This record gives sequence, structure tokens and C-alpha cells, in this order.
Amino acid sequence: MLQLTYFGQSQIPVEAECLAPDQLAGKTPGEIARLPVQHGNSTAPLGDFFEIAGHADDQELRLMGDCSRVKGVGRRMQSGRIVIAGDIGMHVGAEMQGGEIVVQGQAADWAGAEMRGGTLRIHGNAGDLLGGCYRGGRTGMRGGEIFVDGHAGHETGHSLRRGFIAVGGQAGDFTGVSMIAGTIFVFGSTGRRIGAGMKRGTIATFGTAPALLPTFRYASQLAPAFLAMYFRRLDELGFLQPQANLPPVCRRYCGDLASLGKGEILVFDAAAT
Amino acid sequence: MSLLKITGGTVYDPTNQVDGVVQDLWVRDGKIVAAPVDPTVRPDRILDATGLVVMAGGVDLHAHIAGPKVNLARKMRPEDKRHGAVLPRTPITRSGTLGSVPSTFATGYLYAGMGYTTVFDAAIPPLGARHAHEEFADTPLIDKGFFLLFGNNHYVLQQIAAGNTERLNAFIAWLLQAAQGYAVKVVNPGGVETWKQGRNDLAGLDDRVAHFGVTPRQILSSIAQAAMDLGLPHPVHVHCNHLGLPGNWKTTLDTMQALEGRRAHLTHIQFHSYGGDPDNQSQFCSLVPALADYVNAHPHLTVDVGQVLFGETTSMTGDGPLGYYLHKVTGRKWTNADTEMEAGCGIVPITYKEKSFVHALQWAIGLEWYLLVQDPWQIAMSTDHPNGGSFLAYPQIIQLLMDRNYRREVLQQVPPRVLERSVLKDLDREYSLYEIAIITRAGPARMLGLPHKGHLGVGADADIAAYTPSADKLAMFELPRWVIKGGEMVVEQGEVRRELFGPTVRVDTQCEASFIPHIRKWFEEFYTVQFDNYPVDEHYLPYGSRTVPCRPADPPHNSRP
Repeated sequence: MLQLTYFGQSQIPVEAECLAPDQLAGKTPGEIARLPVQHGNSTAPLGDFFEIAGHADDQELRLMGDCSRVKGVGRRMQSGRIVIAGDIGMHVGAEMQGGEIVVQGQAADWAGAEMRGGTLRIHGNAGDLLGGCYRGGRTGMRGGEIFVDGHAGHETGHSLRRGFIAVGGQAGDFTGVSMIAGTIFVFGSTGRRIGAGMKRGTIATFGTAPALLPTFRYASQLAPAFLAMYFRRLDELGFLQPQANLPPVCRRYCGDLASLGKGEILVFDAAAT
Repeated sequence: MSLLKITGGTVYDPTNQVDGVVQDLWVRDGKIVAAPVDPTVRPDRILDATGLVVMAGGVDLHAHIAGPKVNLARKMRPEDKRHGAVLPRTPITRSGTLGSVPSTFATGYLYAGMGYTTVFDAAIPPLGARHAHEEFADTPLIDKGFFLLFGNNHYVLQQIAAGNTERLNAFIAWLLQAAQGYAVKVVNPGGVETWKQGRNDLAGLDDRVAHFGVTPRQILSSIAQAAMDLGLPHPVHVHCNHLGLPGNWKTTLDTMQALEGRRAHLTHIQFHSYGGDPDNQSQFCSLVPALADYVNAHPHLTVDVGQVLFGETTSMTGDGPLGYYLHKVTGRKWTNADTEMEAGCGIVPITYKEKSFVHALQWAIGLEWYLLVQDPWQIAMSTDHPNGGSFLAYPQIIQLLMDRNYRREVLQQVPPRVLERSVLKDLDREYSLYEIAIITRAGPARMLGLPHKGHLGVGADADIAAYTPSADKLAMFELPRWVIKGGEMVVEQGEVRRELFGPTVRVDTQCEASFIPHIRKWFEEFYTVQFDNYPVDEHYLPYGSRTVPCRPADPPHNSRP
């Protein structure tokens, strides 16, 4: 296992996109220390910010220290595992294609943005645009899974195309905005304008019933059978919500009719039963 | 000043009928000069070009590199920038970004890096002129200028409707001066204004533009005549109606005929050469041969191609309804802008796919134009950057034109229907280096009426590109051995050696003072800008300007063949 301990004191973020197990495998600590990272408007060697021990031949990477200003960890990673023993800066796991990232603290904005595969687990809270789409892009997350035990910020799953996002706590405004397909579960309350502009896909809310946009139309009550498969996966991961506490029946709303209108919001609350 | 001698290069200078002749070039004060008569005169510097192909700096007469639409495209496409390459800062150059719409400094470096030293932006609304000049001031290593949009300008339409030729000519002359522009551009004449009024596009050249009561035919002929009456060095630059629509070849032919013998340049002609039915894509086909025959028979017409290359790019146009059409066809995001009394604008990302029948046929149609126009002086290389593709694709186009085997290899990779719907497979023509020099520098310079560009004769600007000869024409033209701008070495083997700024090229038109009060009155009634604040002053041209005089007025058009 390769262990990197952040000792940097600078308030300027460090953009360390090289920190992906598949990129570091086979490199010596000295080689890793010389890898360039972006620090403000200049490049600096990784070793200026991290103490490095071990090797990544087993594609295991552990980040220690306060990494809340380290950005882009695990970007585009294809395989391996990263464990972040604390907070992490923006863009963790962005565009990742495979492997696993576990954040034991909080993750800043853009966690898992435009990711295509793999698993991102955040035990704390996540910032805005979790699994989202970079500005101007056409699709956000295109595959993989994101699990957040805490809360998530605004625009969670922006332009989600495929994949699964589960948020144990609350999610902010515009959850699932412009969703193209895929699935989002929110076990706490959601902010305003959930599912705005969604074309297809499923948003399920298990907390306080959200105020829906007028472009969502009530369709039916139902007890969706597919939930069992998702809950089995959540159980495997030891995710927060025990299945037994959830209402079995939901109200289904179709929308967003201002867009294609083939999406659905499933509202699980006491009123539905 | 120092005297530079460039020795031993194999020179291709079509303007001076030099076709691959080994000869020396002499440069002083940024100009090509005659070889000293006195044999004792020694050059201060000698540059050995032995074994290299030497041409004048390239001239791009139709690109979109500055102004409001270009900047809007940069802003609306952050994803294009994110995926595009980055030009890192060096001790000499600034950093920049690429993507389909490179940043200003990068644009200059990249053009010069390919051997191009003069570029014209083809569509600036007069209200955006100040912005365009500001961006020009940040675009190094090239001389630059722009064409102003006139084809949907309300004052112009009013004067045409009133039949007031004197006022029309005076307004064009005044506006070119006020905006520090170079030539007159007409985009979808009447069609943009019609669409801005919320109506469907005009069906043909004889439909009337509501409120103004003029037809595209009248707009075309009046503005073309005005350009000739004023003696503008570049004739009217026409973006025909119905761009991109199947069946638009008829509109294009009508446009050529509507000019009735007047000089004109028809731009990105590839986009205007389609047969078929707008409502039935299955009939989409090339009708280049019919149009090329017309151009071949009418030497007063010139064209540039607007070649499509496969890949991701951004469509940007003063043709507002076209932007909307592309947005509806592609389903992609769209910017629309209405420039008050003057013009429109549409911007849409577009991806040209090799496997798409329509896109592949567009690619083939562009090549057909290059190969079917017999006189290379009548056709200029362009991709309508970035509409058909980036200007960085010019070396690829050169390779397609100079190597028919390569062309056929690429043709094998496109949908087979393309072979049936175009004549490209039957065209064996290969361009020579001499012809490439015509369509990339000598021809565009002549079309633009730039006496100091595009050639290596005495008095020309010392803009010189040297290429390492190779059977691989792509490699040869992608990476010049060196590029000289105004007598200074600016690029060597792809590396910028010196950053300097070329002047803005503008035209010297005169407007009689007696016409100004009428223009002022109109401005004060309708514009959001005060008349006195409208003209662009010299402060916006920090690197100076090169003023090209007007020619003597052309003879009346009805005396021409």
C-alpha cells in the first residue's frame, strides 16, 4: 500500500490529479515525489506537499492528513482503491472509470463529476454537483455508484445519464436537474425544484415529501419491485437506511413535462400508505 | 536598416509566375526588395533556405477569430475548452487554450505556426467592431481585418427600398470608416431580418422582406453595385440564402445570376451546393458540378470552400435563422443574438461524424469544389473556421488535394451512399505546389485586393514561410521549417521565436459630409448608442493599421459580359 500524508500549509489548493492508483503503480517513492502537481499558477513536485511511504504496486492508496485543499484525487482512475482518512477537496473521483474511492470525512464539490464507472463512497457530507455535469457539458455521471452517508449539496446528479446515487441525508436544490436517465435515492429531505428538466430516470425520496414543480403530474401509487435489488446493494455496503423502516408504497409523479417528461419521482412517505 | 538575404530556396510565387524556381530573396525594412545592383553590397544576415519550399505567408480570407460571436462561443462552450489542449506559457508567448475556438493569443500563434500571416474575420456586426478590434489587439503574429455585415442592416434596407443609391453608397463608405472595417459582407440577405421579425425564412430571392418591402435580389445587386461604385478592393462577400438546406443549390445559382455580372465573392460555397428536398434527407446529394460550371464560365466570381472536416466544432454565424435550424436539427445548446438595427447571430456546437451520410457528403462536396473549379485563382482554401472545422485542418486539406490515393482511402471509409451522391470518386485531379500556393496565399490576397500580401515580389510584405519538402504533405504543411513576418523570424520548427503584432488592415473609403446629418438623425432615433460614440477611434488599433485605398470605380455592371 502507498501511504501519502499531507503536510502542506498553503491555503492555495493543490491539484493532484496524478493521485490515482493505476497511475502510481510501479513507481518508486522518489518517482512519485517528483510527479508534478499544480499549485496556484505554478507546478510543484508532489513531494512538496506529501510525505510518501510504501508503493502502489497493489493499487492501494491511502491519503492521510487534512486533504480538504487537495483537488482532483482519483480523477480518471480506472482501477485500484483509494482510502481518504479525512476530508478531501473538490473533484474527487471525477471522471473515474473503475476502482473504488472511500472518503471517511467530507468531500467538497464535484465529487464523482462525470464519472463513468467504479464506486465512490463518502461517509461524511458531499458538496454541490455530486455526480454532476461540468458546466457546458451534455452528460453528468455515466456509470458507477456513489453513496453518501451524510448530506449532499445542490444539483446532485446534474444531467445524470446512467448509474446510481444514494444520499443518506438531505440533498440540496435541483437534485436530479436535467437528468437523462439513471437513479437517485435521497433518504432525507430535498431542496427546491427536484428533477427540474429531467427527461428520464428515477428519483426516489424517502424523507419529507418534496414540493414538486407544477410540471410533474401525479401518476399512481405503487410498490416498486425493483427497489429490492437496490436495497440489497445498500445492505451489502452497510448503508444507513434499514429497509424495514421505509414505507412500502410510494406516490409516482411523471415529468418533467417541460422537457421529455419520461422521468419519475417516487415519493415514499406516510401519506402514500 | 539591416538587409536580409534568403538564399537557395525553391520559390513558389504564383503572383509573379514563379513556379518552383531556386532563387534568392532580399528583405529590408519588412519588405521584399530587389537584389542589390551593386555587387559589393553584402547582406547583414543570410538565411540558408537550400532544399526548402518557400512561399509567401498564407492568407485566410474567411475565418471567425474575433468579435462578439467568437467570444460568445468561447463562453458558451466551457466543455470545449476543458477537453481542448492548452498552450503553456513560455518566456516569449502567453498561455492559451485551443478547442474549436482558440483564445486570442493562441489563434495568432497557431496561424503563424502553420505559415499563415494574414487573416480576415468574415462577419462583424458594426456594433461589435470595437470588440473585434480589442481582440485583434490580443492576436499576435498576423495582420488582420474584418468584413462588416450589411445585408440586413435597417438603414441599408431603407435606402434600397427608396432606391437612393447615393445614400446607400455613402452609408456603406461611412460605416466602413466608422468601424475601421475592410469589406462588405452580406449574410442571408433579408432572411435574417425576416426571421428577427418572427417570420419564416424567405422562400426565394424574390420574396419581400416585410416592413421594408425589398427582396434578397435587390439587396444583393444593390450592395454588390455599391461595393463596385466605391471601388472597394474586395467585392461584396456573399453568404447566400438557405445555407445548409437540401436543395439550396438553386438559390445559390439564382444568387450568382442575380449579381448580373457584378464582381462578387461567394463564401463557404460548400454549404450552398446541396441537391434534394429539405423535407426528405434521403434525396440529399451534391450539385457542385452545375455550380462549378457557372463559376468556371464567370471569372468575375470567386469562392472559398468552407470545407467540412470530421470532428467536434462550433458553428457560429451571422445567419440567425441558421443557428436556430442547427439547434433544432442537432438538439444541442444554442445562442441567439440580435444586434439591434444591424444583424443577427447564432452559435451551436456541432460534431461532424465520418459515419454520418450527411456529414460525409458535406466533406465530399467541399473537395469537389476544389477539384472542379478549373482556375485556382477563383477558389480559396477555407474551413469557414470554425464552422466546417478548424483552420488547423488546412494541411489535411492540402494532403487531400495533392494526393488522390489518400483521398480515395478516406473516401472508402465514409458511407457508401456518398459515392453515389457525389462525383468525388471520379475526380483524379491532384493539386501541384504552385496551385496550393495560389489557393492559400496568392489567390486570397488577390481576391481581397491586397497588393502587399500573398506574393514575394518587390514591395510585398516580407511574410515568408519555408516548408521542408516531403511526400507527406500533411507533415510538410503542419510544421513549417520557419516563418518570417515583416522581415522578422517569428516561428522556427513550430516554436514561436518572437512575438510581434501585425497591423489591422482597413479600407480607405470616403463619405461626403452632406450625407452625415441624415445618418445621425437615424441613429439618434433608433440606436442605443450615441452617434458620436459609435465610431471606433485609433486607440483601438494599438499596433497601427494598414489602409488599403479604394480602386477606381468599376464600370457600370451592364457593360460587363
